[in-house]
Amino acid sequence: MGEKYKTGLLGWIDARFPLSKMWNEHLAEYYAPKNFNFWYYFGSLALLVLVIQILTGIWLTMNYKPDAALAFNSVEYIMRDVNWGWLIRYMHSTGASFFFIVVYLHMFRGLMYGSFKKPRELIWIFGMIIYVCLMAEAFMGYLLPWGQMSYWGAQVIISLFGAIPGIGDALALWIRGDYVISDATLNRFFAFHVIAVPIILLAMVVLHILALHEVGSNNPDGVEIKKNKGADGKPVDGIPFHPYYSVKDIVGVIVFLIFFSIVIFFMPEMGGWFLEKDNFIPADPLKTPEHIVPLWYFTPFYAILRAVPDKFLGVVAMGGAIVVLFFLPWLDRSPVKSIRYRGMAYKVALGIFVVSFIALGYLGTQPATPVLTNFARLFSLLYFGFFVFLLFLHKFEKTKPVPDRVTSK
Amino acid sequence: MKNRILALIMLVLPAPLLAAGGGVHIDHANIDPTNTQSLQRGARLFVNYCLSCHSAALMRYERIGKDLGIDERLVAENLMFTGGKVGDLMTVATAPDDAKEWFGTVPPDLSVIARSRGVDWLYTYMRSFYRDDSRIIGVNNLTFPDVGMPHVMWELQGWQEPVITTVKDHDGTERKVVKLELVEPGTLTPKEYDRTIRDLVNFLDYIGEPAKYERRTLGVKVIMFLLVFLVVAYLMKKDFWKDVH
Repeated sequence: MGEKYKTGLLGWIDARFPLSKMWNEHLAEYYAPKNFNFWYYFGSLALLVLVIQILTGIWLTMNYKPDAALAFNSVEYIMRDVNWGWLIRYMHSTGASFFFIVVYLHMFRGLMYGSFKKPRELIWIFGMIIYVCLMAEAFMGYLLPWGQMSYWGAQVIISLFGAIPGIGDALALWIRGDYVISDATLNRFFAFHVIAVPIILLAMVVLHILALHEVGSNNPDGVEIKKNKGADGKPVDGIPFHPYYSVKDIVGVIVFLIFFSIVIFFMPEMGGWFLEKDNFIPADPLKTPEHIVPLWYFTPFYAILRAVPDKFLGVVAMGGAIVVLFFLPWLDRSPVKSIRYRGMAYKVALGIFVVSFIALGYLGTQPATPVLTNFARLFSLLYFGFFVFLLFLHKFEKTKPVPDRVTSK
Repeated sequence: MKNRILALIMLVLPAPLLAAGGGVHIDHANIDPTNTQSLQRGARLFVNYCLSCHSAALMRYERIGKDLGIDERLVAENLMFTGGKVGDLMTVATAPDDAKEWFGTVPPDLSVIARSRGVDWLYTYMRSFYRDDSRIIGVNNLTFPDVGMPHVMWELQGWQEPVITTVKDHDGTERKVVKLELVEPGTLTPKEYDRTIRDLVNFLDYIGEPAKYERRTLGVKVIMFLLVFLVVAYLMKKDFWKDVH
């Protein structure tokens, strides 16, 4: 498919719909930098996991019952009596965790190579909206199996809205649709999980990719390949996404699927990290579990929440930890994009930021003892400190000269 | 300083490992999910000793027969005491209100108990009953103190009584250790009883996830396929990228 077709079925379609045009714009003639490295697999992998989640989700809804009296047993019914039900369910539950692994690595790539910087600010913002949608999707989806952790996790998180002065209690009541988590909550979370949020999520993914294809992909050198065009008007350092990156991404997809399969087939609970033990006990509003712990992908923010002594300020800090990421393109004012040509200060700061995020993630899974809470406070300060540091970094950062062309190593 | 180093070590350790604590010693169950005979013995124990009070209402008799190689007639004769069809779920006839009156609580459904409690806990729990005259039911449990469940398998195990000894730790602090000692032997030796409980726990683990065996065998095939596919895909990528410099 090079140019517009004149005859045949494709000619008939092209006269009525920009099929060849879209194919060329987004695949066959979308020029991507030729120096993508390992970190550039995670964009296409995120798309793959999204498709896996949507397809397995559709099949799960065929047997799942969003009813407080039936939900727990209907999940086990899927695990036992539905043909391949166990596989579909494990793909979905493992997919949720893998989605976050892939997205966190994808975001880290952005931080390393400055992919959020001008002219890609909107790509970053659409991406952040996707991330927030993903968190909403995961949170509401986790209520659906109606186990103890589903129930009490939702109870804790929704009660956080109650900390907002004035309207808090009314707001929490409005979200739950009841005074406690109940059938009403389960039903509305189901509606949001299977329809409302996925629609927004898909729309945002389209915008994310459209914005990317408008300005072009960044690369590990942070060089704009569009500045160096050949006689044919094509970037000299660019190669058509299809077939070059489509065949390359297939390799990434298979490697990903091998890791995905190891978890699904041999360790679907991942030692309690992906499926918690307590969630195999049906939800019981009268029995509070000893430790209420959200799943691992929320624990960094949960640790920040608990690190702040005041409940309302804790909620503000937790929200702030996510909101601050939206402003990253304007916080980091260094003209150099890639970490390869930035000063040691940024490398160290990014390293501390990543360590803090992982440490917070671990602390969020632990009981809040005084020692661990102090650690959580330290790492929360380092987390926010990263963004404050970025504000001033450009004044003294010693960057290296950025090459004109991409390097190949 | 020592505390800080300890805290740092704890930062690196996986959370579920630490969460397993709680002070009570847990023995390793050592089950073998591929041992069909052990699972069959476990099934028989389960229907004889557990199923009159506990249900496994997410499990069908038929599935047990199919997975454990017991034909339908034998399932009906040996595992189903109250009649019904082999396709029935393993429910229990005791009314919840009655159960509450007798035990103080409704005995939990055991379909996924191995997934919430873990096999090691179950194995330890079933071997930790001891005589305790201070309680109305006359029995207590070291792993689950003041549990409402009586020692259903006392005839097999016999009776244990707690022996409290004081031991000194390395740093000189004294602490009390409660050990259970068999004071009245049952029909089985302690070794036989352990094996019996291992069979039962093996069965509970199986009904917790009947697809586990199928999952593992399928997983091997899927990963083998992906590895072959990976070679092909890699060669294809290499070929396409020949002209990229």
